[in-house]
Amino acid sequence: MSYTEATLQLLSPAGALVESDATAEYLPIVEKLSDDELREFHRVMALTRAFDVEGTNLQRQGQIGIWVPSLGQEAAQVGSGFAMRPQDHIFPSYREHAVGIIRGIDVIDIVRLFRGLTHGGWTPSEHGNFHIYTMVLGSQTLHATGYAMGITLDGKAGTGHPETDEAVITYFGDGSTSQGDVNEALVFAASYQTPELFFLQNNQWAISVPVSKQSRTPLYLRAGGFGIPSVQVDGNDVLISYAASRKYLEEARAGGGPRFIEALTYRMGAHTSSDDPTKYRTDAETAHWAALDPISRFETYLRSRGEGDDFFAEVRTEAADFAEDIRRRTLELGVPPVGAMFDNVYSEPHPLIEEEKQWLAQYEAAYASPEASE
Amino acid sequence: MSALESLPMAKALNAGLRKAMQDDPKVILMGEDIGPLGGVFRVTEGLQADFGENRVMDTPLAESGIVGTAIGLAMRGYRPVCEIQFDGFVFPAFDQITSQLAKLTNRHEGGISMPVVIRIPYGGHIGAVEHHQESPEAYFAHTPGLRVVSPSTPHDAYWMIQDAISSDDPVIFLEPKSRYWPKGEVDFAVRGRTLHSTAVARVGTEVTLLGHGAMVAVLLQAADLAAEEGTSVEVLDLRSLSPIDYGPILESVRKTGRLVIAQEAPGAVSVGSEIAATVAERAFYSLESPVLRVSGFDTPFPPAKLETIYLPDADRVLEAVDRALAY
Ligand SMILES: Cc1ncc(C[n+]2csc(CCOP(=O)(O)OP(=O)(O)O)c2C)c(N)n1
Ligand SMILES: [Mg+2]
Repeated sequence: MSYTEATLQLLSPAGALVESDATAEYLPIVEKLSDDELREFHRVMALTRAFDVEGTNLQRQGQIGIWVPSLGQEAAQVGSGFAMRPQDHIFPSYREHAVGIIRGIDVIDIVRLFRGLTHGGWTPSEHGNFHIYTMVLGSQTLHATGYAMGITLDGKAGTGHPETDEAVITYFGDGSTSQGDVNEALVFAASYQTPELFFLQNNQWAISVPVSKQSRTPLYLRAGGFGIPSVQVDGNDVLISYAASRKYLEEARAGGGPRFIEALTYRMGAHTSSDDPTKYRTDAETAHWAALDPISRFETYLRSRGEGDDFFAEVRTEAADFAEDIRRRTLELGVPPVGAMFDNVYSEPHPLIEEEKQWLAQYEAAYASPEASE
Repeated sequence: MSALESLPMAKALNAGLRKAMQDDPKVILMGEDIGPLGGVFRVTEGLQADFGENRVMDTPLAESGIVGTAIGLAMRGYRPVCEIQFDGFVFPAFDQITSQLAKLTNRHEGGISMPVVIRIPYGGHIGAVEHHQESPEAYFAHTPGLRVVSPSTPHDAYWMIQDAISSDDPVIFLEPKSRYWPKGEVDFAVRGRTLHSTAVARVGTEVTLLGHGAMVAVLLQAADLAAEEGTSVEVLDLRSLSPIDYGPILESVRKTGRLVIAQEAPGAVSVGSEIAATVAERAFYSLESPVLRVSGFDTPFPPAKLETIYLPDADRVLEAVDRALAY
């Protein structure tokens, strides 16, 4: 499933700015971006790609249990990520590494998650309100909606002060749109008119199942049935991803109710490092999407605006250093203390947990060095 | 096909599913990624190619949808076999399983039956991220109307999946995912035990060890180690968690006087707790020591790097054996 007439696009696959009636209202949003901001888009996309390549390498070398690449989806993530304001909250699924980078998480925490050291990794309130990853598909969309309901209850949206009014964005995949939770989230969001953007990354696949199995209709059209305005954008075009997200987030923030964006993109890598995509998709398809690579497209555009080799070389060096740093710090990661699994099961003391924690400590001590227990 | 073949459990299940589909055209498979991919554990590999998309359905990504529509298909005369991709992803279907599937026969006053099998790869030892290593059996064993079984060997997997499919009741079929790959002998000609029976996996005299699924291999290892130290241990493979076949358990306990139950699941309100209580009620005068449980801790299944601490291993089982013998 590729782009249709309905798919909004500001940058053609060849990297040229497209002007059309459909995008007329989006172009001014992009025109407000400074050169520095545009450079930053490229920089984060390049860092994210380097992170994914390194993550995959580390997994192959046994340093990480499983790797979940965002490779190919950088533009959708970077565009929407930069469209947020600092006070906004993000409820991701498990693939939004670029958004995490934008919101200031330390990516080693993503490595810690996939290396099997933690189930979470970071504290959202200290990391740009980027909530932790959710593995059970679609659950986070309800959490996002509830959070957004709270914003409304607190009177923190629609006051006419965009610098302080809050909004929420939630990410989910094409497969996840079939989950009851996602549909219930859309119902609640519409019912309570939440200040919220549903950001669907349609990367064409849910592991081995094509999006055509999930939906007969383009997914953005489903939102209309819930009474939620929606658009479909070219998710490999960072400019339209940014502009549409910005517009919709600002509308939601201003009290206009929830919005929905379907970003058409492609999971260029395997679903995870455990997956073998050759079992279910063709080389022709991957080649088709390789030609639509979001990063090279934007690089062409920046060059056409006069950006020179120096900048791209600088970013390449920075990305290589970034990857090298991740590798070094991954190899330095220790193992959590065994007692850690008993921590934070509850917020308040719990006798069974205390008892088992003590039992294990004694057992380990006796087992580690029998003499020590005398 | 010769009668005896050495196969990994994943392949034995595949063969069992294939046989059930050949025997009964009403048997259909439903699940996420079970078609061209053959399931994330390859249990259904090749079945869609051979039986077609109507009988091996890659469903939309919704567990409640899978089980809920399986119920309707069963009402229509089909025998659906649902695959849940991982233990931790069964819960979106929990309502359909516990409030509907389990109760519909009763609600219809016996007027219909619900021959639905729900296959769930479960348990730890594979180093995966959250929701991929859990042991949710107690929820299902606690639910009247569901049958719950778990094979520990490729042979049992081959036969038990067929028995589960031919059962007119809903069966939660728990597949110990860490046992998918080790090979074992499958006898394709001789069935052996019935679905809901406890098996003696090793004969011994001083202590009885009881477990199911992947735990059985750990118990056999513990029994080997105990034998080296001169202790004779009997190992029972529970196989059926609902109903529980108490005959062989009580018989063994009357012989050894000691019972240690091991399970990966958290210990509180677990299948092991139920068995401990029943054995105390029915074999009190035969017991030389209290029935002991060795379980996963009552915490969420921890991050992968801590799983070897969380999961009961042979040492933890032997520690309990020592305690039982010390009474
Ligand atoms: C409730 C639930 N069921 C099944 C899974 C297993 N699973 C993990 S990712 C995935 C496919 C998800 O596809 P999509 O929503 O399109 O997201 P993508 O991975 O493509 O980003 C599946 C089936 C899960 N994590 N949660
Ligand atoms: Mg997808």
